[in-house]
Amino acid sequence: MSHSATEIWAIIAVLGVGTFLIRFSFLGLVGARRMPDWLLRHLRYTPVAVLPGLVAPLVAWPDAAGGDTDPVRLAAALATLAVAFWRKNVLWGALAGATTLEALNWMF
Amino acid sequence: MSLATGKSAFLEGLISGVPFLFVAGPFAFLFGVVAVETGLDIPQSVGMSLVVIAGAAQFTAVQLLSEAASIWVAMAAALAVNLRMAMYSASLQPHLGSAPLWQRVIVSYLNFDISYALGIAHFDERPERPVNQKVAYFLGTIALTAPFWVIGTLIGAAVGGALPDNALIDFAMPILFLAIVGPMLKTLAHLAAAVSSAFAAMLLFWLPTGIGLLIAAAIAMAVGAEIERRRGR
Repeated sequence: MSHSATEIWAIIAVLGVGTFLIRFSFLGLVGARRMPDWLLRHLRYTPVAVLPGLVAPLVAWPDAAGGDTDPVRLAAALATLAVAFWRKNVLWGALAGATTLEALNWMF
Repeated sequence: MSLATGKSAFLEGLISGVPFLFVAGPFAFLFGVVAVETGLDIPQSVGMSLVVIAGAAQFTAVQLLSEAASIWVAMAAALAVNLRMAMYSASLQPHLGSAPLWQRVIVSYLNFDISYALGIAHFDERPERPVNQKVAYFLGTIALTAPFWVIGTLIGAAVGGALPDNALIDFAMPILFLAIVGPMLKTLAHLAAAVSSAFAAMLLFWLPTGIGLLIAAAIAMAVGAEIERRRGR
């Protein structure tokens, strides 16, 4: 690697401060004030707008499967989502997904 | 508030966070291994996990350093990966904004994908909970994972080597996050936002790390909000 120790520590410090400021932004500066309704209406969808996008590429093109679509992982992902939605329960969903993954891996 | 209710909210959060230890542990170990292979020493690897405390961004920074990218490129890319956390911060504000400043500082430092996803899922279920219980719950979700993240990095950096090639480990993260999303799909607006997010993120995956997700999330939030505006909640 072509970077000095000083450069590495500088990166760590800048990333640490920058990441904290990103995380602190609204929570820190807006505080207890009420944000406008149109913004709150958008923010209500934050988790369902970020998390599916975060995992979709990992489900569609998992690195561990060589970057190609893997039917076993796809089935496990669908089973997780379906059971979690149906039972309205995180753990049942995760259990269904893990079981599907292991069972299909073992069969094929 | 009674201390007991704050404590029980913390415990509830703690229990909901346990499954994520199986993700954070191996992930942290792997980061330690990769960081040392890239040329970071042990204090730098552990220091990064402690100070930055954001898995995907740390991997991005180290990956770019290993490709001899300039430190500016590495910093910009890693921060771009973390920009989604501004959305997390905004989305937590209606629930936690009235907490004392020092608590909001701690919550911000510990605002990860995991704690955010578990926390917001709980707050949307129980919006009436007092803010101190919400803070306690949030801190509970991450109280085990955060130390695991730092200690796992230390072990990976010190021991080196490779993880066993197990499909369950590499796919545990997607499964756990999908399991959190499932119960959130309460209305057509939520469902449409989730589907838009997934498709837009895949269509925009060619963009620099983090940027595609950011645009996909903005599109998906607009889709959800617009459907809600037209149909009512």
